[in-house]
Amino acid sequence: MPPAGYSPNYELEFESAVQEIDRQIDALDSKDDSARFEAEIQSLRSTRNDLLRKIYGDLSPWQTVRVARHPLRPHSDDYIRMMCRDYCELHGDRHFGDDPAITCGFGRIGSRKVMLIGHCKGHETADKIRCHFGCAHPEGYRKALLKMKLAEKYRLPIVTLIDTPGAYPGVGSEQRGQAEAIARNLMEMSRLRTPVVCVVIGEGGSGGALGIGVGDRVAMLEHAWYSVISPEGCAAILWKEANEETNTIAARALNLTAKDNLKHGLVDAIIPEPEGGAHRNPEAAAAQLQSWILDQLAELSRLQPETLVRQRFEKFRSIGPVVSMEMPAPAET
Amino acid sequence: MAKQTWEQADIAAKKAVPEGLWVQCLKCGATVFGKTLEASLDVCPKCDHHHRVTARVRIRQLVDPESFEQFNADLTASDPLGFVDVKTYRSRIEAARLKSGENDGCLTGVGFVKGRKVVLAAMDFTFLGGSMGSVVGEKLARATEHAIDHDLPLVIVSCSGGARMQESGYSLMQMAKTSAVLGRFDDAGGLFISVLADPTTGGVTASFAMLGDVILAEPRALIGFAGPRVIRNTIRQDLPSGFQTSEFVKNSGFVDRIVHRRDLRSEIGRIIDYAGK
Repeated sequence: MPPAGYSPNYELEFESAVQEIDRQIDALDSKDDSARFEAEIQSLRSTRNDLLRKIYGDLSPWQTVRVARHPLRPHSDDYIRMMCRDYCELHGDRHFGDDPAITCGFGRIGSRKVMLIGHCKGHETADKIRCHFGCAHPEGYRKALLKMKLAEKYRLPIVTLIDTPGAYPGVGSEQRGQAEAIARNLMEMSRLRTPVVCVVIGEGGSGGALGIGVGDRVAMLEHAWYSVISPEGCAAILWKEANEETNTIAARALNLTAKDNLKHGLVDAIIPEPEGGAHRNPEAAAAQLQSWILDQLAELSRLQPETLVRQRFEKFRSIGPVVSMEMPAPAET
Repeated sequence: MAKQTWEQADIAAKKAVPEGLWVQCLKCGATVFGKTLEASLDVCPKCDHHHRVTARVRIRQLVDPESFEQFNADLTASDPLGFVDVKTYRSRIEAARLKSGENDGCLTGVGFVKGRKVVLAAMDFTFLGGSMGSVVGEKLARATEHAIDHDLPLVIVSCSGGARMQESGYSLMQMAKTSAVLGRFDDAGGLFISVLADPTTGGVTASFAMLGDVILAEPRALIGFAGPRVIRNTIRQDLPSGFQTSEFVKNSGFVDRIVHRRDLRSEIGRIIDYAGK
């Protein structure tokens, strides 16, 4: 099932050529005597597919960010609907409220019972506003932690789906301790005695992403981004202005693509997306996601809790290259 | 672990400090004799403004004389991404080194505070805004591990704009790393006193700084997650007065005590005694 509101009309300028061919194909297809144009349609399709493969095989980092934000890209709720049977949502942090920007609940993926945690961005305008475009408040992070502790109690593995521009910057979120909520999650997730599998499915915006991202295995979908700051935020600070040009340079400098993050050992795997991105075939994307998650859970479920916690600790403990001043500087690469 | 005595490390810094100057309070503009300001721990005698101090000065103000032994002073950033903005990250590091006389944004070590042995870390705002990259993360992790191994209390004085952009994902992961090590320290029953100085924001607040067993803050420091400008742009209205000050954060319930700089040593000692560490 495509995500609610799915419509192929949204255009990214770097794929306008593909959409132009799509329109030509549609025009031919809708003719009464379309059978006459079968050969032409076939040839157009093949040109289109080659073009799409070429564009998506070589997206610039900034283009990747644009794809990750595509309004038709499946969100956590879409993946949960496509992957899960019997999703049983659990609301509220028991202290302040229920943040719609993070969904939590029991669910079955394949034959495995899990606790699902995911950022929600919303689809329709009203929904997006309600979810603060995927920017969670402290009560969202506290809800996530509460449900993760619940999962730990019953030895259920945890699956988190990360998709946020960042944690919500506002008066209420500061007042209710945004920083403390994220910090607490980082510490508690690092010692959960149950498997934790995390996937950046769209945007991995800084602490807001990491706040549900400390896992035994962390993956990124092929066209997701993950970084300490958004390219616009970085450009605004370092180049004093965020525009198309500086965003492009900042996105590259930040090494935010799945390939970059894998190369630097900051994530463990890249989950391939269907040709032309997850938004073109949400079901195929969900199938890939599900299969990767199940593979990880199969491996992790064999480990003792002590081993899980130790390995997770070591994984994050080892990140961060430093050099000694007494040693010669590493050669330029 | 490479170690250097505090006196050795201090020589360069002392040379850099001009003596006998009149300085102006950055808050009220009062002219204060340099020695007077130093004696009042860089707190303005007129308006009580707590000036930012370097990590080196901070440690000197906190520890008993000649008791500090530094860890890992040699560690410096490796520029894992070859980051270039309008300047190269390497040139920014070099400039920060010259400006601060330090190899990166925090100093760590062991020392005595009012006769109690502690592992102490202080961040240095003069080094790229005290930002946390791999070196800061690694030094804090090692310092925490030292506290675990030797069953010592841990004191970290934060003074930082947050995670260091030029190391991108590596910086982000230092948040997870420092928090995970503090999780182990917590499991081991350790006492972590987090001291928040002006400013403590971003990825530093959202990781180790907010994980103190006891959290102390200096008066009127800026403490928060998002910067005030970002928040103003998001909500498009004026921020309440006193927003994101120590006092605001304490009233919101996220800081235990606001402590004047002259009382910091005795407060730390007192908490260590209550915790029986």
